[in-house]
Amino acid sequence: MKLFKYLLAIFFVLNLNSLNAQEDSLQSKITKNLRCLICQGQSVYDSDSEFADSIKILVKKKISEGESEKQIYGYLKDKYGEWILYEPQFGKKTYFLWLLPILMFVLGGAIILKIFYLKKN
Amino acid sequence: MKSKTLPTFLITIFIIIFYIFYKGLQNPNIYTPDINIKKDIPNFKTKVFDTNNIINSNEIFKENKFYLVNIWASWCAPCRDEHIFLMKLYKQKNLEIIGINYKDKNDNAKSFLNELSNPYKLILSDQDGTIAIEWGAYGVPETFLVYERKIIKKIIGPINNNSLLEIQKLIK
Repeated sequence: MKLFKYLLAIFFVLNLNSLNAQEDSLQSKITKNLRCLICQGQSVYDSDSEFADSIKILVKKKISEGESEKQIYGYLKDKYGEWILYEPQFGKKTYFLWLLPILMFVLGGAIILKIFYLKKN
Repeated sequence: MKSKTLPTFLITIFIIIFYIFYKGLQNPNIYTPDINIKKDIPNFKTKVFDTNNIINSNEIFKENKFYLVNIWASWCAPCRDEHIFLMKLYKQKNLEIIGINYKDKNDNAKSFLNELSNPYKLILSDQDGTIAIEWGAYGVPETFLVYERKIIKKIIGPINNNSLLEIQKLIK
C-alpha cells in the first residue's frame, strides 16, 4: 500500500512537471513569434524590456486561463496590429505575401517543364 | 515570336518582384503606431492605488464624460516633464484624469505626487504592466483621451504644449 502511495506521488509530480513544461514551451513558442515593438530586431522572447516582460506575463496568464495560441495572437493583434506577429496570419492584407512564393514555385516549375518539353521535341 | 514570349514573361516577373522589394526597402522597419484609432476601452479589473480595493473598469468610465487615462511611474523622467501639463488639464471641469501607476513602488509613487501634486481623480495600480497592455500601450508615459467609452486620442510619450492644446480643443 505504501509503495502504491509512493508511486502515485511520483506519477503525480511527473505529470505536473510535464504539464508545466508544456505550458512553458507554448509560452516560448508564442513569445518567439511576437515582435518586441520598442526594441529593434528582437522578439518578445529575447527582449528584457519592460514591454516584453509585460507581454510574457500576459501570455503566461492567458495560457493558464486556457486560451489557445490563436486566441492570444488575435488578442495582441487587436491591441497592436498585425506588426506584432512575426508570422502574419492569412488575410486580406497578407494574401499576396503568402501566395507569392507558391505562385513563383508553380510558375518556375511550369517554365522548367516547358523548357524540357521543348528540348525533347 | 514564340521564343520571345518566355523571356518577356520572365523579365516582367522580375520587374514586378524588383518593384515589390524596392518598395519594401523604403518602408520603415521601426513600428509606427496608429494614434488616431477609435477603439473601445478595455475591460479589466485592477487594484486602486490608495486602498488596494479591486475595481472593475466599468465602474470608472461613465458615458457623456471625458476621461484622460495617463500611464505614469515615479521612475520615468518624461512623466516628470509632462506633469505640469496634467496639472493644467486638472483644472478643466469636463475632464477627469485617471492615472495608471506602472510597475512602480507605492512609496516612490506617493512621494512623486507629494512633490509635484496630484492631478488624478483616481489612480489604478499596474504592478506587472498587463493593464497597460490592455490599453495597447508601449510604455510610460502614455495618455488616452476617452469619450463615450471609446479612445478618441492616443498620445505616445509625454504630453507637450501641442498635445495639451489638442486635448483642450477636443473636450470643448
